[in-house]
Amino acid sequence: MSSSASLAAPTQRSEQRQAAARVVGLTKVYGCGDTEVVALDHVDLDLAAGEFTAIMGPSGSGKSTLMHCAAGLDSASAGEVHIGDVDITRLKDKALTALRRDRVGFIFQAFNLIPTLTAEENILLPLSIAGRKPDQAWFDLVVETVGLRDRLGHRPSELSGGQQQRVACARALVSRPEIIFADEPTGNLDSASGTEVLAFLRRSVDEFGQTIVMVTHDPVAASHTDRVVFLADGRVVDEMRAPTAERVLEAMLGFERRTAGA
Amino acid sequence: MLQASWKSLLGRKLRLLMSAFAIILGVSFVAGSLIFTDTIGKAFDGITDTVGDVVVRPATTSGMFDGTGSSRTVPGDLVERLAGTTGAARADGNVSDETTFVVSKAGKLVGGQGAPGLGLNHNEAPTSSGAQPLTLTAGHWPERSGEVVLDVATAERAGYRVGDTVALVTSGAQPKVSATLVGTAEFASGGLVGASITVFDTKTAQALYFGGKDEYTTVTVTAKDGVSADELASAVQQALPAGFESITGAKLAEEQKTSINEALSFISTFLLIFAGIALFVGSFLIINTFSILVAQRSRELAMLRALGAGRGQVTRSVLFEAFVVGLVGSTLGLALGFGLAVGIRALFATLGLDLSESALVFQPSTAIAAYAVGMAVTMVAAYLPARRAGKMPPVAAMRDDVAMPEGTMRWRVAMGAVLVAAGITGVAVGGFAGVDNAAWFVGLGVFALVLGVAMTSPVAGRPVIAATGVVYRRLFGTVGHMAEQNAVRNPRRTAATASALMIGLTLVSMMSVFGASAKASIDKAIDASFAADFVVSNAIGQPFSAAVTDEVAQVPGVEAVSPLRIVDMQFNGGRTGGAAVDPQSFQRVVPIDLMDGSLAGLSGRAIAVDEKFAAEHDVAVGSKVELTVAGQEGSYTVAAVYHDLKAISLPILLGLETANAAGVPQQDSMAFVLTAPGSDRAAVEAGLETVVADLPTVTVKDQAAFAEEQRGPIDQMLALIYALLGLAVVIAVLGIVNTLALSVIERTREIGLLRAVGLSRRQLRTMLRLESVAIALLGAVLGVGLGLVGGWALQRALAGDGIDVLAIPAGQLAPFVALAGIVGVLAALWPGRRAARLDVLRAITTD
Ligand SMILES: Nc1ncnc2c1ncn2[C@@H]1O[C@H](COP(=O)(O)OP(=O)(O)O)[C@@H](O)[C@H]1O
Ligand SMILES: [Mg+2]
Repeated sequence: MSSSASLAAPTQRSEQRQAAARVVGLTKVYGCGDTEVVALDHVDLDLAAGEFTAIMGPSGSGKSTLMHCAAGLDSASAGEVHIGDVDITRLKDKALTALRRDRVGFIFQAFNLIPTLTAEENILLPLSIAGRKPDQAWFDLVVETVGLRDRLGHRPSELSGGQQQRVACARALVSRPEIIFADEPTGNLDSASGTEVLAFLRRSVDEFGQTIVMVTHDPVAASHTDRVVFLADGRVVDEMRAPTAERVLEAMLGFERRTAGA
Repeated sequence: MLQASWKSLLGRKLRLLMSAFAIILGVSFVAGSLIFTDTIGKAFDGITDTVGDVVVRPATTSGMFDGTGSSRTVPGDLVERLAGTTGAARADGNVSDETTFVVSKAGKLVGGQGAPGLGLNHNEAPTSSGAQPLTLTAGHWPERSGEVVLDVATAERAGYRVGDTVALVTSGAQPKVSATLVGTAEFASGGLVGASITVFDTKTAQALYFGGKDEYTTVTVTAKDGVSADELASAVQQALPAGFESITGAKLAEEQKTSINEALSFISTFLLIFAGIALFVGSFLIINTFSILVAQRSRELAMLRALGAGRGQVTRSVLFEAFVVGLVGSTLGLALGFGLAVGIRALFATLGLDLSESALVFQPSTAIAAYAVGMAVTMVAAYLPARRAGKMPPVAAMRDDVAMPEGTMRWRVAMGAVLVAAGITGVAVGGFAGVDNAAWFVGLGVFALVLGVAMTSPVAGRPVIAATGVVYRRLFGTVGHMAEQNAVRNPRRTAATASALMIGLTLVSMMSVFGASAKASIDKAIDASFAADFVVSNAIGQPFSAAVTDEVAQVPGVEAVSPLRIVDMQFNGGRTGGAAVDPQSFQRVVPIDLMDGSLAGLSGRAIAVDEKFAAEHDVAVGSKVELTVAGQEGSYTVAAVYHDLKAISLPILLGLETANAAGVPQQDSMAFVLTAPGSDRAAVEAGLETVVADLPTVTVKDQAAFAEEQRGPIDQMLALIYALLGLAVVIAVLGIVNTLALSVIERTREIGLLRAVGLSRRQLRTMLRLESVAIALLGAVLGVGLGLVGGWALQRALAGDGIDVLAIPAGQLAPFVALAGIVGVLAALWPGRRAARLDVLRAITTD
């Protein structure tokens, strides 16, 4: 197994280094009164730098909500969210926008690209929005890694789903964010394209030391990561290091049985 | 199916309202125009209440308000004879004049912007209903010279109270009159529509208007109880000598109303043309709005198709939405029409048609017209998008990103190209081929061009957008680039939005080129045909007393004065322009280019005609022409033919003597002044100014000032046209707002993504603003371009009618383009705010 060799390193790193992102007592409540939904219920979580974390759980367990709050896309009802050493729950919109632009990367399940821009323009979008010059060597490296050299001038509509998602990955990487959030990035892809994307994310963690948090349903996808955090009913119920598809599947079935039994 | 449409409508109230905007504005203009037109008609209804049972007048003249300055009168002894007619209870002589104006306490003329200043004698003639046309509200009726009564409104406006000394100006023998205000009176018909009434005692009125002779303008004969007006009229007719006629008051009032309505009918035509333009512009926006709405609902529509709805059902469901939008839009438009009618009333009040005292008239036909027009335009405009909705493939429901089935634009561009070609032909033929009705060719040509360019603009507009794109990328980097890309991603939508603005600007710039050309032509004509040093004229377009001209002649340093007396003439049953002049001196002040004959023989029954008249009616020197001069028919010999006068259109000239003999009033329209060589111009001007000092309406002008005055009406007309076209531009601006706002909704996820990757709210607003400006500039560039072509062709088409100089008002057109840019910025304000407030999360969470 290729992943077993790299298993030890991140674990050690996470002990030495500060967390790339940290969530303390995070609570998110939607609606009020009768329609009140507690999507997140006092979640505490450390996301270690240079680690690839998967967040799993049944539908409606609060995975997306956790990710949105952690990434500063949504406000928390209570609790704290730290990116690096900044408590982003205290930030105003302007500062949040700057934080997303400069320190956070995103990959979504679908609709990741601006249809009017070419692949290259899409990749460089966060930098050009910020008015920053791309680091050419880094850009080349990223493009090489995602294997899109000959597709740079194409529009999203001229790219396959897998290629589009790789462009989105390249875009998330190119501004060298401290952390990348990915919400079911392979959810819309066939298994071959999905594997490509996952392999690429794995490489960016291993080779560039990138921190990535990924929401997924898929035990195979989760097996590419270093650590799996299980959510249920807005709470962290378990976590697993050095996951394999079989162990993840087993764990998930276990939760489901427990939930069904309760 | 119906329920689905209904739910979809209610779920999109804001969008519904926005799509109804264009209809609301268009319909409000239609309704406003109709309400105003009906109000005008109603304002003159009251005339019926102001005339007596039977009126006797010189044959073939009509009564007051027609401005013909008829000079024929009824002799005083006839009045007594008429009183003795069987069935007559009494007969009263009326003296009336339309050029008696009140000068306010502050020295300003009251009214006089087109509305008459009535000067009347006081008598006790009752109206057909038995009441008095004028009722005293204070004081007593004038009894002797030096006493007057004014109508209440005029007295108030002029600041006079009973007992004050009133200053009056008349075009009668005595130009300045001052008298004590002994009372005020109210006119039976209510509002005077801007006119004023001054009442004298009969003797004084006769002295002022008929040189003291015992004559009347008309006679009112009142029937005894039990005698009908018709019976009395025929009895009176039998007793009348030749040259006089009797008419019932009812008929006379009808006659007057008809002539007023005819004179004012151009106003409703004019307003309805603008309403048509507004609706035309609006229809573009409706097409656009429905296209966008259908595009946004494409997945839902595809789902309906997948569930088994037929094409026709989907199309009908969209048309049903259009029906509701049309209904709501027409209703709100009708309501807004009232407000607009108030605005139009205020606009026309500044031009002298003062209806502020008349209540707005709302007739059922206005509502019917408003709904008919609003519904028809909405349904027709929504048909195209509705049909496209029907073509939605059911499988689209399964796809992630649904695109509307966009047919190729080949057909559309081809149609547009054909229209452009037709338009160019029309403009070229009208402007340059010298055909009859050239202006019509130009008008239709411009219409075809506008339509054609609107159709081809998704393609034809690309260079403009591309050019803006280059600038945008330079100045705004990625944000600018995305703005440009957004502007071209829906070529049809951008084109339709820009076209709406284009139409307004085409018309505005066409009018601006045409107006500038007309003014330049006037300047040139005056420069070429104005040999006088000064001209004395009446600012309000009314004649002034010939006594003024005589006084002017006495001013030291004046070598010669030559009057121009506009005379009412009828030829072949139609009115024609003409003037009486002094044959000797006139040629010195207005260089007439004679083709044949000489002006020296312009006395007795001789006339001179211009080239155009001679050609049209096939007359030459020596021909006999049947003319009605000041109401009297006669046979006149053509003594001279001259090249058309440039500055003033005067097809027929008479000698002053001839006019006097025909009974034309001694009132001059202009007097041209030549100074003696070596005299001090400034001193002469000062001398002339003293003559007209207390006549606020009569002014002395040199050539430059005279030209300025002649240009005045054009500026006024242009201002009116701009004000009305402004509405079309407002609709176009709302169209941009609408398109942008809907695009923002449509691009919710994209905007969310941009925000998620760090686009600031400010950058987002900038992006939308740039997109909006690009659309506005596209419309402006195309519009001003077409307007230039149209204006040029229109000037060429009317070159024969005196508009022979082409002037391009670059100083006016450039600001139009700049203004369009500002319009773009403003139009993006609201959509920008909405976009900036968009919830980032909602945008990116997949549903
Ligand atoms: N905007 C919202 N308004 C109300 N409830 C919401 C909203 N978004 C999510 N929820 C609720 O919060 C819970 C967690 O949702 P989510 O984080 O999307 O779950 P997951 O991504 O794990 O499927 C669910 O019960 C969902 O219904
Ligand atoms: Mg989710």
